[in-house]
Formats: sequence, C-alpha cells, structure tokens
Amino acid sequence: MKASGTVFKYGDNVDTDVIIPARYLNSSDPKELATHCMEDIDKEFVNQVKPGDLIVADKNFGCGSSREHAPIAIKAAGVSCVIAETFARIFYRNAINIGLPIIECPEAAKGIAQGDEVEVDFDSGVITNKTKGTKFQGQAFPEFMQKIIKSEGLINYINQKQ
Amino acid sequence: MGMTMTQKILAAAAGLSEVKAGQLIEAKLDLVLGNDITSPVAIHEMDKFTTDEVFHKDKIALVMDHFVPNKDIKSAQHCKCVREFACKHDITNFFDVGEMGIEHALLPEKGLTVAGDVIIGADSHTCTYGALGAFSTGVGSTDMAAGMATGKAWFKVPSAIKFNLVGKPSKWVSGKDVILHIIGMIGVDGALYKSMEFVGEGIKNLSMDDRFTIANMAIEAGGKNGIFPVDELAESYMKEHSARSYKIYQADEDAEYDEEYTIDLSSLKPTVAFPHLPENTKTVDQAGEVKIDQVVIGSCTNGRLDDLRIAAEVLKDKKVAKGIRCIVIPATQQIYLQAMEEGLLKIFIESGAIVSTPTCGPCLGGYMGILAEGERCISTTNRNFVGRMGHVESEIYLASPAVAAASAITGKISAPEE
Repeated sequence: MKASGTVFKYGDNVDTDVIIPARYLNSSDPKELATHCMEDIDKEFVNQVKPGDLIVADKNFGCGSSREHAPIAIKAAGVSCVIAETFARIFYRNAINIGLPIIECPEAAKGIAQGDEVEVDFDSGVITNKTKGTKFQGQAFPEFMQKIIKSEGLINYINQKQ
Repeated sequence: MGMTMTQKILAAAAGLSEVKAGQLIEAKLDLVLGNDITSPVAIHEMDKFTTDEVFHKDKIALVMDHFVPNKDIKSAQHCKCVREFACKHDITNFFDVGEMGIEHALLPEKGLTVAGDVIIGADSHTCTYGALGAFSTGVGSTDMAAGMATGKAWFKVPSAIKFNLVGKPSKWVSGKDVILHIIGMIGVDGALYKSMEFVGEGIKNLSMDDRFTIANMAIEAGGKNGIFPVDELAESYMKEHSARSYKIYQADEDAEYDEEYTIDLSSLKPTVAFPHLPENTKTVDQAGEVKIDQVVIGSCTNGRLDDLRIAAEVLKDKKVAKGIRCIVIPATQQIYLQAMEEGLLKIFIESGAIVSTPTCGPCLGGYMGILAEGERCISTTNRNFVGRMGHVESEIYLASPAVAAASAITGKISAPEE
C-alpha cells in the first residue's frame, strides 16, 4: 500500500483545537468536519487539499483534546498520511483506530517542506521526497497495530477476532 | 526489575505477574466514560459491532456536560442520541441535566472511581482519577466503543517520570500552580506517552482537590496518566464517596524511572501560563501589565469546592472591575449546593460575578463566554491554545482560582496578595 501527494507542512504542537475547532463539534459528520479541517491554523487548507495529499509536522502533532473528530476530519479531507516528528498519544491511538495512516519520522519531518511531492510505502515504512530526491526510513508499526490498520480500524479487528 | 505504580495496576488488570515499559497488553476495564461530544461518535461505532450488548451496564458512565443545557439544535440531537442509547441499554450511570456535573469532578464525587481501577474515558482529562490512585487515561471514541462492547482496551505499558514533591506550599499556591510549574519545566510534550508519578512527603500538604487538579493536567504535558500514592486523605475521600472496595498499589522500591525531579512546594509562586501553550509559564510577579476582559473560574481542572472557597475569599467585600466579565461555574450540582450553603455564591454575585449551572462551555469555546477578536481571558481552565475560547485572535491566560479572582478585581493579571 502506498500514499502519494503534495505536502502541507506545519510546526510543533499542532493541537486538536486548530485541527477541528470545538465550535464545530456539535456535528460528528465526517464530511462536514472536513470542511473546517485546520481552519484556525491554515484557512487555505480546505481549498487546496486534494485526495492523497499528506500532512507533515514537527513535534507533538495532535496534542490536546481526545476528540476523534480531529483524525476523522483529516481523513475525510482526503489526507492519505500524516508524518510527524512525534504524535500526541491520544491522537496516535485515534488515528490507528479509525484507519488513518500515520508515521513517526523525525528526519522526514525535517527534510520535507511545504509543497513537496512525497510518496510513502506503508509496507516498508520508506518515505520518498520526490521533489528533493531524498529518502527516509519511517518507524514501522508493531504487528498488533498493523493488524488493526489492515482491518481498517479497531472495531473490524475486534469483530474478526471474535 | 521493579514496576512503577502504574505498571502494577496495568499488570493486575491484564492478569500478568509482571509487565515492562513498551509491552502491549490487553487490560480489563473498571469504567468506560464518555460525554455528549464523544459518545455519539462511539455509539455510531458500536453499530458496526457484531454484538449489540454493552459489557456491563454499571461500568459505563455517560455524562452530558460539554454543551448542556443544549446550546443549539445539533448539540441537542447529540444528547438525544446518547439519552436513547442509555435508555436502550439501561445504563446505570447516565447523568443528564439536573444530575450532571463536569465529568471529572462528578465521577469521583459519585464514588465511581477508586484506587486500583483501570479507567478509560473519551475525554483527554480522564487522567484526573490518578489523584485517587487509579490508572485512568483519555482515549478517543472508537476506543470508548470497543471498551463499552468488550470491557477491555489495549495499552502500551508506559515508562514513567517521578516527581518528588517536598515541602509545604504557601497560602496562595495551589495544585494549579504546582502543575503549571511542572509543565513550564518539562514542556507540553515533556511526558509524552509516559506516566507522571507524584511521590514525596509534600503530598500530605496537598488537598484532594489540589491533587485532582494536578492529575487532571498531566495530559497537558503529554502524559498518559498522572498518579498519586494512596494516603489517609485519599482513603477517607473514597470511604466518604464510594461503597466500592478499592485496592492500593505501590511502586516497587527498585522501579525504574526515565527521569526524576524534586520540587520544593514551599519555593513555588502563583503561576500563569501565557498564550498559546500551557508551557509558557511565568510567576505572577513577572507577568507585567496584562489587561483582561474576562475571567472564568471553573472547569474539570478548577471547579471544585476548594477552588470556589479560595476565589470567594479573594472576592469577599470586593467588586469585579468595571468592564470585566467574571464567570463562575461550580463543577457539579453538589458543589453548587454546598457553595450556596457556605454563602460563596452570595459573595460571587455581590462582587459582580455571575454563577452558572455546571458546564464545560467556555473552556473549549463551546458557549457561555466566547471571546471576541483581541480579547483576553484569565481562566482556571486547562488549555490556552489558539482559538480555544473563541476568536483566533483572542488570548487565554491559565491560572489558579486565587489569581483569577484577584485579576477580576483589578482588571489585569494580579497576585492574590495585592
């Protein structure tokens, strides 16, 4: 499985309040949430994002609230993968549980800029910056998490186990 | 090798004699929590299960607290969805308007969280119950759904940072100042994926409400959980509030910690976190001239009785400065009632503050105190992210109830002794 697209680049501590502000949490509809994704940090994101595009960020991406609406909004906006130096732990869990691929890779976070064309191979964890011609080795998921992702989320995984 | 307090609780819940940091385990849950924002997503996820049953109707808590009494039609639809689910599954601990309170103040008060429990909640501040010696952590709605259906959750066993608290805090220094000081010291990702284990003789000088506040904000340092040893004070709290039996776990003497810090509580000063991260701390005497427009005293962090008492002590026979909106939100009906009986509400209202029914409202910019462009609020809540309480050009300063109340009187960030 591969993801490929243009990068939206952000800095440290992108919190779930800017990913999807609480004023929109009176909805849980993914499509509606997606129309406000990243609104308080990047007003142009929703106008420019295309299916398959990637988000790349520095430290502690997704910190703050436990709202699953945050990875749901990112996924529904068409983002194929989020790469960060580190993720906040609840966001990390939530992304895996809903089947949004995420990869921790400090080198890639540093070596990828806004607008770069990037390809990610989920099986090998290799991240290729096609614009700059560089490659990075992302951290592979433990087998247990790979099973959840392959089942397309935690609920399907549990159903299959039973 | 020895285990930390958190590791011991997780090992027991996983049915293992020993666990190590980094190990993936499946643990039995004592309580699964959700609120009016996160539960509807979880209930929708539940529909995907091959089974339609919940694991235990007494071990699920659904608290309508974020947007209630409902602020608009959509939030009313959400609460209706949860109400119908609670009714269908005969959920014992469903708390709607009239019984509800802010979840992390309400559940300990109702005796639903005790030492030794393993608790997940679809709310990031679920880490609050570590004050009672429980392992509790925030998760998302899918984890909540899986927890409601199976009574289990997967965890990666965390390593820990040890905070050795010594000494006695001075009169105006509270649990909020302790945790803001710690977050300022280690940063908003300083405890990422880790337990924050608080130990030391200084803990005896912290009230239960102080400890709830400290554990509550472990997540603001990125922590998986914050946890306190169970002492006489914690035991008497549990005996007063809960009929459930509890189990006390202690860290092994040879437990390994990634880092250890010693914090002398007597050296701390009232502390304020400046926009837009909880780690941007300054002591209040270094705050400079920061004029404010609004004051919020409440939330799962600081809406408990001790918090209202200290705010009332500061506001007694004083007036909120002209042009300042001061909003006081007791966290539960019980706290509201007790504050009324103690005359605290009278003090607030006579000072020019308003007193609201329990709600998370302004903390997350939901309603009940949204900020306009360029406005500043000093708040006893837990996050000061961009746009958290309203307009993206507004600012939030996090502080203790004493500092917030003092600032309401002067109209600028002020120390309580002023």
